[in-house]
Amino acid sequence: MTSATVLASEFNPIVPKGDELVIGTIAFLIIFTIFWKKLLPNIKKTLDERTDAIEGGMKRAEEAQAAAAALQEEYQRNLTEARHEAAKITQHAREQGSEIVAQLRGEGQEQRDNLVASGRAQLDADAAATRAALKGDLGTLAVQLASKIVGESLEDEARQRGTVDRFLAELEAKADAQASQSTAKAGA
Amino acid sequence: MSLSLAAGVSGLRADGGDGSCHLFGNNGCGFSHVAPSSEDFDFSNRPWFHIAGYGVTKPVLLVVLIAVAMISFFWVAFNKPKMIPSGVQNVAEVAYLFVRDRMARDSMGTKGDKYVPFLFSLFFFVWLMNVMSFVPGVQFPVSSVYAFPLALAIMVWLTYMYAGFKQHGAGYFRVLGVPSGVPLGILVILTPIELLSNILIRPFTLGIRLFANMFAGHLLIATFSAGAWYMFSVKGIVFSGASFTMAIVMTGFELFIQALQAYIFVMLTASYLAGALEEAH
Repeated sequence: MTSATVLASEFNPIVPKGDELVIGTIAFLIIFTIFWKKLLPNIKKTLDERTDAIEGGMKRAEEAQAAAAALQEEYQRNLTEARHEAAKITQHAREQGSEIVAQLRGEGQEQRDNLVASGRAQLDADAAATRAALKGDLGTLAVQLASKIVGESLEDEARQRGTVDRFLAELEAKADAQASQSTAKAGA
Repeated sequence: MSLSLAAGVSGLRADGGDGSCHLFGNNGCGFSHVAPSSEDFDFSNRPWFHIAGYGVTKPVLLVVLIAVAMISFFWVAFNKPKMIPSGVQNVAEVAYLFVRDRMARDSMGTKGDKYVPFLFSLFFFVWLMNVMSFVPGVQFPVSSVYAFPLALAIMVWLTYMYAGFKQHGAGYFRVLGVPSGVPLGILVILTPIELLSNILIRPFTLGIRLFANMFAGHLLIATFSAGAWYMFSVKGIVFSGASFTMAIVMTGFELFIQALQAYIFVMLTASYLAGALEEAH
């Protein structure tokens, strides 16, 4: 009991012991040195590398995304161009088609006109030839008929021609009058 | 049960012939020694073994073991760190990032990165010293031996003094003694107080805060444990049970205090360093 009381009076928890101070300091300094020089630089380096890796990965992903976007844009542009070209070609073809049609139509018209014109000329020529032939035949026939009827020879060429011409002119005038009358009628 | 509880309390001696010695008992015995007291923190006269004539006591051995355990754990975690962490490295990384971001960077910014190894070593060393209170079979907070917190506080003092004088030269006295925005008349009174407080008293408050918390916590648990054992009898079962419950509750509470005190110790260190590193104004 006495020893305990003596001890209690000797021991003061707030007074540090020298050996414990020294050992505590050394223990901490050893820990600190190992962490400072070896372990924490290790993990710091790894963490930095990891950050780099993550940031690098993100950067790569961004680049890939940008490339994809560029590619898509290019495709889009090509597609638009192709559409434009197709439209242009169609338009062109359409224009060309109508041009050809117009051209053909023009040619056809011309050909028809030519045909009609030549036909008409032929007809006119034929009519004139026929008219000339008929004029001769008719004169002869009329003279023959008249000589037969009247019995009087009208062989004299000059008189014969004058009579016939006068008769034919009368006939033509009559026909013209008739034709103008029928035209007027048709116009009315 | 009661004996194993009391095993951590050194002042207890069971003197009953049959090993049972309880209050309310009929045997008339009690503590042969003093009740749980500061005596429990004095190991100087009972070393566990001797190395070259030096008596190795429980706290000294524990400090060495803590250093070995701490270095071993983080050696496994950090010696060959992997880009993709697993297992121990994951846990240790969380600890590292906590000290770096929440302690160093929050108080000093990125220039605090330089002091991360110091803060990191301090935090885990202090916490392990504290948590020895909880380890079964050990049940003694090493930091309740004042020499150890004091050794750390002295190193903190050296560190922030060195950092301050390196940053400001002799102007560091100005940083320590002259708070900004205080009128001259008040400075006459305030400057001596500030200098005394920041230069002389700080290391002791820092050390004693940690020491006293651990000391008191351990004493509380020891007292409740001794009470539970001492009052354990048919008549005293209610008192003993209450005391036992309190011992358990206090042990849980101490677990929180151990981490909190380690955190406070390191946060204060970081704030002293931040004061030393701050730009002159």
